[in-house]
Amino acid sequence: MARSAQPVSATPGIVAATFIVAAVLAAFLAIGSRVEGTTGLRAAEWQAVRFTVAQAFFSALISVVPAVPVARALARRRVPGHALLVTLLGAPFILPVIVAVLGLLAIFGRNGWLNVGLGAVGLPEVSIYGAHGVVLAHVFFNMPLATRLILQGWQAIPAEQFRLIAQLGLPPSVVFRTVEWPMLRQVVPGAFALIFVICLTSFAVALTLGGGPRATTIELAIFQAFRFDFDLGRAAVLSLLQLAVAGGAALIALWVLPPLVVQRGQDRLPQRWDARGVGLRVLDAAWIAFAAGFLLLPLASVVIAGLGGLMDMPSVVWRSAWTSVWVAALSTGLLVALALPLTAWLAQVRHGGMESVTLLGLAASPLMLGTGWFILIFPFVNPASLALPITASVNALMALPFAVRILLPPMRQVMTDYGRLSAGLGLRGWPFWRIVLLPRLRPPLGFAAGLAAALSVGDLGVVALFADPDVATLPLQMYRLLGSYRTDAAAGAALLLLALALGMFWICDRWGRHRDPG
Amino acid sequence: MIRVEGLEAAQGDFALRGTFDVPRGRRVAVAGPSGAGKSTLLGVLGGYIPAVAGKILIDGVDVTAAAPDARGIAMLFQDGNLFPHLSVAQNVGLGLRPSLRLSGAELERVQEALTHVGLSDLAGRKPGALSGGQQSRAALARVLLQGAPVLLLDEPFAALGPALRAEMLALTSEVVTESGATMMMVTHAPLEVAEMVDDLIFVDAGDVAPPAPAATVLADPPPALRAYLGG
Repeated sequence: MARSAQPVSATPGIVAATFIVAAVLAAFLAIGSRVEGTTGLRAAEWQAVRFTVAQAFFSALISVVPAVPVARALARRRVPGHALLVTLLGAPFILPVIVAVLGLLAIFGRNGWLNVGLGAVGLPEVSIYGAHGVVLAHVFFNMPLATRLILQGWQAIPAEQFRLIAQLGLPPSVVFRTVEWPMLRQVVPGAFALIFVICLTSFAVALTLGGGPRATTIELAIFQAFRFDFDLGRAAVLSLLQLAVAGGAALIALWVLPPLVVQRGQDRLPQRWDARGVGLRVLDAAWIAFAAGFLLLPLASVVIAGLGGLMDMPSVVWRSAWTSVWVAALSTGLLVALALPLTAWLAQVRHGGMESVTLLGLAASPLMLGTGWFILIFPFVNPASLALPITASVNALMALPFAVRILLPPMRQVMTDYGRLSAGLGLRGWPFWRIVLLPRLRPPLGFAAGLAAALSVGDLGVVALFADPDVATLPLQMYRLLGSYRTDAAAGAALLLLALALGMFWICDRWGRHRDPG
Repeated sequence: MIRVEGLEAAQGDFALRGTFDVPRGRRVAVAGPSGAGKSTLLGVLGGYIPAVAGKILIDGVDVTAAAPDARGIAMLFQDGNLFPHLSVAQNVGLGLRPSLRLSGAELERVQEALTHVGLSDLAGRKPGALSGGQQSRAALARVLLQGAPVLLLDEPFAALGPALRAEMLALTSEVVTESGATMMMVTHAPLEVAEMVDDLIFVDAGDVAPPAPAATVLADPPPALRAYLGG
């Protein structure tokens, strides 16, 4: 047997995988050790499970249904700013939840544009708080995601089919039945499943817009048991419930999950000759306008209100912004240090399945990990003193599944394309990383790091569990400002946070796309 | 020299068998129908496809289980012989040191090799900015620096036009003469390379025939080779 010509040692990847499994398992065991002290499940816990599943279901449904006509309109019309709009559809993914919530409050809140409008014509005001507010925020985040996934499906239909349709003069109804419906049947369930799973572990939205017995997710219930009652036993039971619900759903969803394609609003639309009627054009324009408005109005309101509030921000906001930046930098560094060796190892193992290691990150929710680690460390040190490193670590684990999905296909491609040449030249180990792998992987690595940085800087999760009043990341500081009705300062902080999230993403992504001349 | 004893290799359903010697400094064309196993043979010799049985010796050293870079073999493939993100000089420099940390003297050798193949002005360019012929020249410059006793060529010039291909074969011939390397070259056009090789190995349905003098074989081909050549 010739020695297998693997250019990269498997050891660092196995170490990274072991670290991930150990981190999750340690939390799990710590939680398990606390469960026995409690008296089983109470009505409140079941209520939280029911609400979690129900809101995730409706969030996914309401995200996916309008996404179909919006994606169809974007697929068959060229509107001014088309490419920009498609790019913007990716923005909610890196948008800090609390910023989006503030934007939604400005539109749908008590003094929001909608209620002012309703009041002007004598209609009763609508409230954004409660179950429908939670669903609304989830739809705000996930309808753009669903639209992009479904749009990808439309773009995957070969241009030749539309040429044939034009040649035969098929009416829209026949086009739908023969070409579009079969595509939708493949793509829509995947988009639905992905959004359903994402919404199952929702915390920050429920924290800000939900609450109370009728709008508390399991994740929020963990936080409340922990923070308000310091009932670790109950937090542990809820964590197990969360693991069962989210983990189970993630496993089921794995079969229908669509591949995550790195799509940068590339504007290659096949020429379309069908759907020429005036009515259809107006309909498509209306859908695009609706989606753009739903996406852009809250963001615009954040910018407008934020500009006014920037002057009102107390110095503590700037301090917490600095904290957030280094937590995000730490988290991104940790993510890269885990994801690179892990994907290099995964790219070289023949049998699949090992990839599911990274799904542990998805199934294990942030607050479950936080609870577990808290139980582990609080006998020895004050957990608040470790709040920031733990936040950075949990954020890295949460970004890991995305990073692996982004990095693994190009990593495999590099191994296929240059493995032979590298082996022949004796390029292996660190020189292979330095000379071949890292330069080739730079664009997806920059993109993945940018996602991780933006997700981390905007995260409002574990940090709320651990932090004492002296320590805060910017999202937590914003939440506290909102809680004390300092709306102007919160608006300024929101704009700062938005700029940080987009800026950190942009810097990393820009680094990835940098090309030296020659 | 290359010595192959009772070599067997498998790729899926396909099996390759062969026993032959190639004396030091000989140039051998490897010909045969598509799918007969020419590229598999070179892949096994180069260490990219494991041998199931048998031995491969290069200059008396058993390299059957050695890594591709530890066999004293330099190899050029049909495509992907250069890293697109490295400059021409860096690509060539990899022939000296896989770490690319070259001393001043080594950098001079890189420049000499580039001058030799006529690329001295293009050292800083990326392969994407080079023509197909220039890319082949860069790869040959690296082969020159590798200084391996054996050179394997798996149709590296197949994508070039006839005139350019002849030019590259001439340059290859020069490089091989200079280094004194033993050369094996897969070809679909044995007549085209007849003048630059000594021997010909005919591969048919996984059976590797021992090398025979090219001029003799091509003048009076055995039936299978005649059928392959046509006419």
